[in-house]
Amino acid sequence: MHGARAVFSVGARFLLCASGDFVKMYSVATEELVQLLRGHSDLVTGVQLAPHNRLQTFTVGYQLLALYALPSSEDSVFVIIPKSGERDTFQLVSVKLTKAAGQDMEAKELSVVLEGVDASPKCTAFGREGEYVASVKDVNLQVYFFKQKQLNRFSLRATNKKGGNNVFTCVACHPQEDCIATGHADGKIRLWRNFNHKKEYTFSTLHWHHDKVLDLAFSLEGTSLLSGGVESVLVQWHCGSDCKRDFLPRLGSAIEYVSISSDGTFYCTSHTDNRITIINSNLRFSKTIQGLIKARDVKTGLVVDPRTKALVLNGEPGHLQFYCLQSDKQLYSLDIVQQEYIHQAGLNQSDLVRVAFSAQGKWLATVEEREETDLELQLKLWFFDEETQSFKLNTRISMPHEDHITAMCFRDTDEMEDDSLMLVTTGRDCVFKVWVILEDTDPEAQQSLSWSCDFVGSYHSYQATNCCFSEDGSLLAVSFEETVTVWDSSTWDLKCTFCHPPGKIRSICFGRLTCSKYLIGATDHGFLCCWNLLSCALEWSAHLNVVVLQPDPLSEHIAAVSWLFKESSLFVFKPNEARPICIQRKFCKERIQFAAFVPRDVPETIGSEKYLWLRRSQLFFLTDTQELMTVSTKSAQERLTLSSKQLAVEESLPVTPFSLLLGKHRHQQSQGDVDLGKIVHHHHEQDSPAVKELLHTPAHVLPSASFLCPIFINSLLVSKENKSTEETPDEVEMESEEAEDDSDEENSVTEMKQEDKMPLESLGETTHRLSKSEEKELRKIRKVDYSWISVF
Amino acid sequence: MGEFEVHRVRFFGLVPAGVRCMAYQHNGRRLALARTDGAVEVYNFAANYYMEKAIPGHQTRSVEALCWAAGERLFGAGLSGDITEYDLERLRPARAVDGFGGPIWSMAANNDGTRLAIGCEDGSVKLFQVVPGGGVQFEKNLDRQKGRVLCLSWHPSGTHLAAGSIDFIRVLDVHSGRTAQRIMVNCHVPKSKKRECVVWSIAFLSSGTVISSDSFGRVQFWDWERGTLQDSHTVSSSAALSLAVSEKEDSIVVGTSAGATYQFQLLPVKAGGQEKRWVRTKPFQHHTHDVRAVVHTPTALISGGLDAQLVIRPLMEKVQKKGYDAALRKFTLPHRRLVSCARKARLLLFQFSQHLELWRLGSTNKTGKDGETLPLSRMPEHLLQLKSKGPEHIYCSCVSPCGSWIAYSTASRFHLYRVQHEGDSISVKKVPGVPKLLLPAYQLQCASDSGRLFIASDRGSVHVVQLLEPGGCKHLHTLRPPAGTREAVYLLASSADGNWLAAVSGDWEVHVYSLKHFKHHCTVPTYSCAVTALAIHPTTNNLFISYSDQQLFEFSIPEKQYTAWSRAVQNSGLHKLWLERDSPITHIAFNPKNTSQVLLHDVYMLCVLDKSLPCPQPLPDDSAVLVNQSTLKQLSEPARRRQLHAFKICKKFQPLLFADLLDERCLVTVERPALDISAQLPPPVQQKKFGT
Repeated sequence: MHGARAVFSVGARFLLCASGDFVKMYSVATEELVQLLRGHSDLVTGVQLAPHNRLQTFTVGYQLLALYALPSSEDSVFVIIPKSGERDTFQLVSVKLTKAAGQDMEAKELSVVLEGVDASPKCTAFGREGEYVASVKDVNLQVYFFKQKQLNRFSLRATNKKGGNNVFTCVACHPQEDCIATGHADGKIRLWRNFNHKKEYTFSTLHWHHDKVLDLAFSLEGTSLLSGGVESVLVQWHCGSDCKRDFLPRLGSAIEYVSISSDGTFYCTSHTDNRITIINSNLRFSKTIQGLIKARDVKTGLVVDPRTKALVLNGEPGHLQFYCLQSDKQLYSLDIVQQEYIHQAGLNQSDLVRVAFSAQGKWLATVEEREETDLELQLKLWFFDEETQSFKLNTRISMPHEDHITAMCFRDTDEMEDDSLMLVTTGRDCVFKVWVILEDTDPEAQQSLSWSCDFVGSYHSYQATNCCFSEDGSLLAVSFEETVTVWDSSTWDLKCTFCHPPGKIRSICFGRLTCSKYLIGATDHGFLCCWNLLSCALEWSAHLNVVVLQPDPLSEHIAAVSWLFKESSLFVFKPNEARPICIQRKFCKERIQFAAFVPRDVPETIGSEKYLWLRRSQLFFLTDTQELMTVSTKSAQERLTLSSKQLAVEESLPVTPFSLLLGKHRHQQSQGDVDLGKIVHHHHEQDSPAVKELLHTPAHVLPSASFLCPIFINSLLVSKENKSTEETPDEVEMESEEAEDDSDEENSVTEMKQEDKMPLESLGETTHRLSKSEEKELRKIRKVDYSWISVF
Repeated sequence: MGEFEVHRVRFFGLVPAGVRCMAYQHNGRRLALARTDGAVEVYNFAANYYMEKAIPGHQTRSVEALCWAAGERLFGAGLSGDITEYDLERLRPARAVDGFGGPIWSMAANNDGTRLAIGCEDGSVKLFQVVPGGGVQFEKNLDRQKGRVLCLSWHPSGTHLAAGSIDFIRVLDVHSGRTAQRIMVNCHVPKSKKRECVVWSIAFLSSGTVISSDSFGRVQFWDWERGTLQDSHTVSSSAALSLAVSEKEDSIVVGTSAGATYQFQLLPVKAGGQEKRWVRTKPFQHHTHDVRAVVHTPTALISGGLDAQLVIRPLMEKVQKKGYDAALRKFTLPHRRLVSCARKARLLLFQFSQHLELWRLGSTNKTGKDGETLPLSRMPEHLLQLKSKGPEHIYCSCVSPCGSWIAYSTASRFHLYRVQHEGDSISVKKVPGVPKLLLPAYQLQCASDSGRLFIASDRGSVHVVQLLEPGGCKHLHTLRPPAGTREAVYLLASSADGNWLAAVSGDWEVHVYSLKHFKHHCTVPTYSCAVTALAIHPTTNNLFISYSDQQLFEFSIPEKQYTAWSRAVQNSGLHKLWLERDSPITHIAFNPKNTSQVLLHDVYMLCVLDKSLPCPQPLPDDSAVLVNQSTLKQLSEPARRRQLHAFKICKKFQPLLFADLLDERCLVTVERPALDISAQLPPPVQQKKFGT
């Protein structure tokens, strides 16, 4: 959700925002993703509604850096393009649009309007009725009047005596008056007037922001001005007065873009943490569309919430975000630190560093630390409250260790009783501590359960670095620098130690299911070791620089990600054999920080033996640049419908890592097994339509349950017969279902549904079949219909 | 070792009085300014904003309003209830007429300057006719309503008057005397929050718009006929105290009690459209305290505050060419000499508004390197404090070079004291039998042998008084210019040999008298600018004159013509940076040992002019810099030689009130740091500052 201002559709029903290569259309009322507009092969840099056709949108991508459409000039748009032959100089050109219908337009007629403009779309704005264009760069403001063909330039001194920084950061034009608002690097906003005179121009100054003004927007009538900056406060200025202003504070993170719907009822702010906030015109917070929050530093790693299957990691400062991968939405954000975050450079503030869930997701343990002159540590234990459906703070332990906590894990027992629950923390203060629940017998006490320390273990005063419970919870492995110790979790006896010098243990884990007798460890000297717990001997070892070691909770597979020659490779193996099942070499140029297996809701049927390990859960990676990636078996078209893609994509990336991964992936597939991709594709097509149809049709238009049941069951049945024979009855069933629908009274709805399907197909495979204009028509109709439904 | 041993004096505790009100005369480009102590000053904008005239204050005569009427006549009104006309030639209040309405809070003259309206404590607005010969005459009372009238403004046509009071504005019909409209200013405020709303300032535009600024910090635009609010701008959380409109009525300036001034401009909403709107454009923060008075000239915004600053902020878009007028000017200290120095006795006499202080300079027996601070062997000593009796403020004062005579003058009295130094003790005796002279004295000057006292008086005359030992005086002669003048003499200079006396009167004529024969010797050719300082060279008897446009002239008294050096300087012209300096030169002194060295100083710099060196040539592209001494010192020898010029400027001592040469090696400077002045002022309006 980056790179361009979000745009409200006419009627403020939908919000269009650029996200990577796509344009996402969200419903303003429900904040749901309504549609994904595809068509670009590169980052989308601008979205604009076509001023005359209310349902058209313009989008621009590669090499076009910003786009402006004016109601007064019907057949041309303005774009900022790099000046040919020169680097870092950009020009604003007007492009004549050809009347030809089609999604992509090749523009030939260019006429340069302004030279030397800033590449940022925020630095150019069109004035009242498109009579002039204002553009700022550095300390210069240029205003070009189209009618008079007059160019006025104004410049400010770069710095003033009081240490202000006059560099322009953004510009906005009053919709009805001759007034230009400019934002500056020192937080000032200047309102320019009379700028059609070269000398007698004048400006007034508004000052509230203490740092850069990041975006400005005038309200519909121009009576108020909105500004946003790093303070994450939306400021509304009234009538250009310095004294009258309203604030909407605590918007979470710096405001990158501000936009206003065409009827003025909604404002929308895009934030640096990959979020869009929709705000009512009375400055009341309305909705938020949250992608994966890009935290400053993910310290918690990727953790999966067993209850919601959501990915849990650092979000806003001091918060834990629960991110649902299936719906590509943030479920909620849990405030762990519970302190106001102050935006100020050089201020040390508490941050969340470790998170662990108990097996059923009933307990959550968090560690936060603040490092000033001495370390402040807090271990918090949260209990899931069924009534409020949220986590409630149960126990707060300050300074659980004397030094940084390096790892933390719960004993994964399936039993529901609390007394067997156990939490182990390891610290750099050379000990590991075991925490258990105590029941308070005092009836006066507010809560009956609380956590306290049960056992403190250490080994030769080495720093404890990792801990891990075996699957049945009977054994605890704790690594102390170069040594792995195994402890009996009931008696706390040291059972045995493993050591594979040289090199400190980077991560350890137990094998699962059939491989539970193995303990895997990775050292920072590039060895992956597997010890047999029964024989207490090294089973096998491999030379591999493993940075992430992640076991799948639902199978015996273990994923290891290595980092070699600036490229990451993935290895999936079972501990009982030294040979990996799947090797994915050099799938990513960035260092993988964390990985997590997320259980699938429905196990997928995967034909390829190579990807069998992905049947029950999906593997996600988080890279250094906080891109979330996954390993998938699906082919390109379907991948696009899956919405958990790169969310916190760096804007500068030329190619999204997803397509990168995909490309590599397919490339390798074609190398190794040519027809593999086809088979996968085939399989998927086979089993999906019936279920999809069932799930996606609104409930009130569905035929009776008794009618649907056999179809549904049929579709779920794993056929023992020949696949080709199964395919035909399925199709037949579908036909009959639609026929049934047709006989119903609600003809229009069914029609809609059919049409709903069509563009999906056409976009998916047969783009050539429909012309672009037809597609647009369809989309138009679809929009209308959706809205009609939402009335119900 | 440096060239001079400098006495750096910082114990002159002068606190200039705050600016109370101002009035601008467009034709003569003069600004009249009244201070809170009742002093009235006139600045001449044509002469580089020189403080041309100063009328010292009076304890009981506060000035609440000033206005120019009937051409160049200045009227003031104050809480004493009188309307006073000022005699700008004799620099004193001329006539006073009682308004019979209690204290007068406001006064305004109509456009043609024939009538004055005053707003009184009792709520009445009275009209006075300006009598052509002098003075004013009561004409009529307008409708009276309770509540003091704090501000008044005439409609440009002269038919209506707008009067601002507490909580309401009235528009009065001048002809009938009735209230034509009454506008409540705070009717939009909910009753629970209702506070008294003081309308501090008002302006009546020809379009019928009344602009008011009030204690809520609002600037409001009213339609007077309907009594409706057109527009309201809140400029400050504290009061908006003052308001002024430009002549074209397209711009106003507002001063607030937070020290900020704001400009509002009438701008078209759309280019080329008819609709115009008042828009707040530029804020300026030049003051720390209340801005009690603002003036809008065609090219500048002028504001005066209680922090005693007069700020002239040019409107860049209105200034035609870059020059003296295009720079921001701030005046805090008067363009007058308030310090006199007894060179031989090493005494300094400081003139305050109502008392004098005599100090003995400290001394040292050490020598040091250049720039080094020497330890004092004897601390400076406060010898004497002379308090003037009565409510009148001191016009001028002087101490004789030997330090044994002190003279000062108020508006009605002249005092001469004999100071006797007996070791460390000191005794003061008033000299009896002071000759009855036409008072006040505008300038006092002692001859270098302390034998004579020159008293500058009105009509261009100078009285010469012989000082007699052990304590007496005798009026010798009165020198008068041959042609006669109406203006008073405001500057004097006597030669070291006691033969010559130069006197400057208010019409900028410089007359030179021979003291041997007590007769007029010659007149320096008139120059179209005010003389700011003059002095006669002790050996050559050349008269050195500095003008307010920063020009320097040297006039040979024996030869009755400009010297060759002066002609050379005039031919080549002075350096641009010299000409664009902020403040006028207020004192000239000479180095007794080096005849070519002249010491000049203004508020921001001290300059030793070495006539033996070439003047810096003004280059056509104005790129040449006027390198000052500290940078010169860092240059290499050849570069230094190239840059060497006659003006040796030192900006180390700022702001400078006085500088003089005690002898050829010893310099005294009197500074008044701005911080010390602001420390003496009451705390300003509390404002929350980000990051504090």
